[in-house]
Amino acid sequence: MNNMIVMPMIIPIVTGIFLIFLRPYVKAQRVLSIVSIFATIGISVYVLNRIQIDGILRLDFGGWLPPYGILFVADSFAMLLVVTTAIVTGILLFYAFSSVSKAFENMFFYPFVFFLLAGVNGSFLTGDLFNLFVCFEVMLLSSYVLITLGGRKVQLVESIKYVSINVLSSWFFLVAIAYLYGTVGTLNMAHLSVRVAEVGQGSLLTVISIIFLIVFSLKAGLLLYFWLPGSYSVPPTVVAALFGALLTKVGIYAMFRMFTLIFYHEPGITHKMIGVMAAVTMIGGCIGAIAHNDVRQIVSYNVVIAVGFILVGLAVSTEVAIQGSIYYLLHDMIIKALLFLLAGTMIYLTGTARIEQMSGLIRNYPILGWLFFITMLSLAGIPPLSGFIGKVYVGQGAIEAGAFGLLAIAFISSIFVLYSLLRIFMNCFWGETIINEDDDVPLKKGILIPCVLFGILTIALGLGAEGIAVYVSDAAHTLMNPEIYIKAVLQN
Amino acid sequence: METLITILVGVLVTVAVYLLLSRNLIRVILGTAILSHAVHLLLMTMGGLKKGSVPLLGENAGNYTDALPQALILTAIVISFAVTSFLLVLAYRTYKETGSDDLSALRGIDDE
Repeated sequence: MNNMIVMPMIIPIVTGIFLIFLRPYVKAQRVLSIVSIFATIGISVYVLNRIQIDGILRLDFGGWLPPYGILFVADSFAMLLVVTTAIVTGILLFYAFSSVSKAFENMFFYPFVFFLLAGVNGSFLTGDLFNLFVCFEVMLLSSYVLITLGGRKVQLVESIKYVSINVLSSWFFLVAIAYLYGTVGTLNMAHLSVRVAEVGQGSLLTVISIIFLIVFSLKAGLLLYFWLPGSYSVPPTVVAALFGALLTKVGIYAMFRMFTLIFYHEPGITHKMIGVMAAVTMIGGCIGAIAHNDVRQIVSYNVVIAVGFILVGLAVSTEVAIQGSIYYLLHDMIIKALLFLLAGTMIYLTGTARIEQMSGLIRNYPILGWLFFITMLSLAGIPPLSGFIGKVYVGQGAIEAGAFGLLAIAFISSIFVLYSLLRIFMNCFWGETIINEDDDVPLKKGILIPCVLFGILTIALGLGAEGIAVYVSDAAHTLMNPEIYIKAVLQN
Repeated sequence: METLITILVGVLVTVAVYLLLSRNLIRVILGTAILSHAVHLLLMTMGGLKKGSVPLLGENAGNYTDALPQALILTAIVISFAVTSFLLVLAYRTYKETGSDDLSALRGIDDE
């Protein structure tokens, strides 16, 4: 029953549509959201396990056999990301229940979260390039709505930048699709891979691949990240966490797919470019992260650094490095959500975002402080937390490929990550408390529990890395051997 | 014919880039709209502007027109419609809130 693999996209869409009609009934909206997010998680986990037994699954819509119809392809890489996306969204929904105001809940907040989820999952699962474009647009349009929801002045101004840069890159995406279709005459990814391999990746196809690289870099925040820190720091906490955890990852996923499945013939040009871009991204991100005094800006620049780090794995392109990237991708989705939640909670408690104006939070909110400490260690890559295993594998892969410069920058960037977060930790959590006893409100359980859940997840992912090793190595193996993917898709 | 259309696409992209680089918000939005038209034309041209018959099986025509680019354009037009209308509403709301549609005047606006 391959119909299962469309469920991670269909359930959120249908839920979103129902939620629109439930607009005045906030309770019903919450219940429905929770039920359907659990269903999505359950089905995704089931499909992920089935892939290990039956191999890559595919669903041809309307019975049109590939390469003629649109299809969904579920391999381990896509499904791992779908599972993590669903779990992260689920926990963020719990945070949203007790943090967003009633006005938001009445103004279609939940439906658009679900449309965003549908777009993200669709992008991971689709096996057709144009369908990828459509899923990107579903995701982006919902993100436009979520970033502007609330309509504060600064939000509107920042979202103009965000929306226009994304619209522009979407049209570039379409230009690249048009050129690719004109050159090889197909849009099915597996078929594209076959055709590109047949005609050889000449200069024309390499130029087209670079257009794709630019498009996805804009979406992922690789080198072209100038829009990111501004727009990620204006929306409400839970939306920022959703963006920080999910949106850039879709761009990264698309880049992995394109440059391992289709354009893998000229690593001297494309992969070298990715390497240079990743290095510059990490350096720029580090400078941004230590230059700012605003918690939200520091956290946003941490997203940029992580993007650079993950793409080091793609740049060196050995199986071990790709494994490392996948581990780090999963880790980053969880930990960035937690980091954004903690930053948002700190701002909510103190009423300021400047780190020099906060102090002594750990006295009032010890759990929050310890969670921040764990997050910091996890991001820096201290074992047994989840960031460690990804860093080790990426490092090992980079040594195998002899990319020592890239390796050095990647690991030095971890130190800067640690430093930038230590600055927050020492300024905001240590020292004399600024909150006097009258204002000392106990943290709502609904806000604390999701953060604790993320904290548990990062520890579990670190300690239980063995448990997901099967899936990750299968995902990396499929990525490094495109013929497995091609065979699964084109064999009728 | 393909060459002519490609030149037209080039002209449209030029106009779009000119508009996108201006400071007026409405012009930027018009720029994205024109860029989307240019891209749609390019997509159609890339499929080849053949004079064939309708791509239906059993019609026994000599050659069929490639229908895929047209299906793609339809989807892309709908998306561009939605995005452009969203951008227009956003621009209007921003103008109402800040009293300006000049992008350089909108730089560095602080909270509240």
